[in-house]
Amino acid sequence: MRRRLAVWQLLGPSLLVVLVAVVGATTPPTIQFQVRSVLVTAAIVVALYAFVGNSGVISFGHISFVAVGAFAAGIASAPADVKPSTFPKMLPFLANLEIGNVQSLLLAAVVGAIYAFWVGIPLMRLSGLSAGIATFAVLIITHNVIRNWEAIGPGAKTLALVPPTTGFLQATIGLLVVMAVTYAYQRSRWGRRLRATREDPLAAQASGIEVHRERLIAFTLSGALAGFAGGLFVHLLGSITTEQVFLDLTFVTLAMLVVGGIGSMWGALVGALFIAGLNAFLVELEKGVVVAGRDFDLPSGTRLLTLGVIMFVVLVTRPSGLTGGRELSWPLKRGRRA
Amino acid sequence: MIYLQAFVDAVALGTLFALVAMGIGLVFGVIRLVNFAHGELLTAGAYALLFTKGMPIVVRIVVSLAVVVALSAAMEVIYRSLRTVSPATVLIATFAISFLLQNAALLAFGTQGENVEFLTELNKAFVVGGLRIRWITVVGLAVGGLTLAATAWVLRRTDVGLQMRAAAADVQMARLLGVPVRRVVVMAFLVAGLLAGVVTLVLAVQRPLITPTFGFQVMIPALVGVVVGGLDRLVPAALGGFAVGFATVMLSSLLPGAQRVFLNTVLFVLVITILLVKPDGLFVGRRRAVERV
Repeated sequence: MRRRLAVWQLLGPSLLVVLVAVVGATTPPTIQFQVRSVLVTAAIVVALYAFVGNSGVISFGHISFVAVGAFAAGIASAPADVKPSTFPKMLPFLANLEIGNVQSLLLAAVVGAIYAFWVGIPLMRLSGLSAGIATFAVLIITHNVIRNWEAIGPGAKTLALVPPTTGFLQATIGLLVVMAVTYAYQRSRWGRRLRATREDPLAAQASGIEVHRERLIAFTLSGALAGFAGGLFVHLLGSITTEQVFLDLTFVTLAMLVVGGIGSMWGALVGALFIAGLNAFLVELEKGVVVAGRDFDLPSGTRLLTLGVIMFVVLVTRPSGLTGGRELSWPLKRGRRA
Repeated sequence: MIYLQAFVDAVALGTLFALVAMGIGLVFGVIRLVNFAHGELLTAGAYALLFTKGMPIVVRIVVSLAVVVALSAAMEVIYRSLRTVSPATVLIATFAISFLLQNAALLAFGTQGENVEFLTELNKAFVVGGLRIRWITVVGLAVGGLTLAATAWVLRRTDVGLQMRAAAADVQMARLLGVPVRRVVVMAFLVAGLLAGVVTLVLAVQRPLITPTFGFQVMIPALVGVVVGGLDRLVPAALGGFAVGFATVMLSSLLPGAQRVFLNTVLFVLVITILLVKPDGLFVGRRRAVERV
């Protein structure tokens, strides 16, 4: 029973993802793009959950790993024959680099992991609001450096001509990989130790768990996944600016996590699919659609407003999230709760 | 000379940030809630000034202050529904309110921004010993200083202030001893609103272009200041806000031209360093009796 539940807790959400992808693939092209971006956003949120959910420490800095991954993958895979002229100040070895799709995604994960590890060594000593502000500081610094240090980044310009390889297959597989790694970590001894520190840091320490070390492991893993998701993101968009991986995305992804339920991977996925799906729906509504023979056209800006209202309502009425922070339970028989 | 000039400007910005920080710290002290939407109080006040353009100055000031205080009171009512919720959720919920209000402003007024034309003559400068000082700097310092002093007086010398400090130290105990906690919470939001209103008036003169992120841009550094200074106590929180404002201006004049774009990097590396060295706050002494306001 327990083993079956453990398999189901990963398999169930995965089936949902595949279902979303398959249904999405049959829709018109504009909506297809929306569905793919929902899948990539979900990958970012699950990566965020890997640290925030398991450690209980809010990180405002994860989008910096997404940014680092996105720019690493984007710059490394953009065509080498145009980069030197578009970005004259870029380091020659970066400007002349051109690697394939899969390599660039791996590169994104590695860069994300290294950056997170390096940042995490000092930061994981903090908790509570100090940790929140310190991770936020990381976000500001990362944005500031990528935007202004033109030797390694595009500066204020748009990084364009990145091969748009994140189709349905890549988005789905990417998200499934992120989920599988997160779930495996969560059930490993490291994951369990970290969850123990979340529930009661003192008791965990008294049982011989090193809080700093466990948090650092999770932060690095989560940084790798976030970097990887950033790689998926840049290959989805084909072009990217530093503003697209900054404050707005930070807020939106954290809100998705909290709305879904901060304590479970299932919650992260549900929150992401729910809010990102709603967002995609509203984007289409703003463009104007025909529903039941009538023309609907919302004024632009309603989307974010509606999103804000719905998030707040969910937070007030279901404070522990849509899923209550629990993993998916076995649907057929009322078994023991995990 | 250039540094003296920067010093004057730094003190002026620091004072404003200190007022915002004090508002955030006051609310946090009483109900342990970081109000991300504090910045939107400033934005609302600024739009109120915009809508009363052309009316007598006194009317504009009164309307603006009233709008800010009313919005602050409204926030208190909204946040009441969050009392039983976990801190992480509360944080995101206040962020959601901030997001909501910003987008409402965006929808209603657009991104372009409009000039508020409020007391523009205060932007003229006078020269003292080679220093160019704008009148608003002097006015801002005076108003800011007076407001800080008045708030301190209310907290130290009045019954309401005493009750606020009691509630901040230990809500449960305060309630048992007969402190009307609900009224105290409302008072905290009203005072925080008033502080935000004062900041709005000064800021609207200095930065007359009113956009939906008018207040958010000030709230973020002030909030950073609050945490750096010491979230648990009001004076350290205000000092932290001051320090961030002060450091911003000083650093931007100290950094050589080409490096100036990295101002935020330098500033936030400093923030991280301070948080690591003194996680409880820069201006909090060695653990004394816990007193949050």
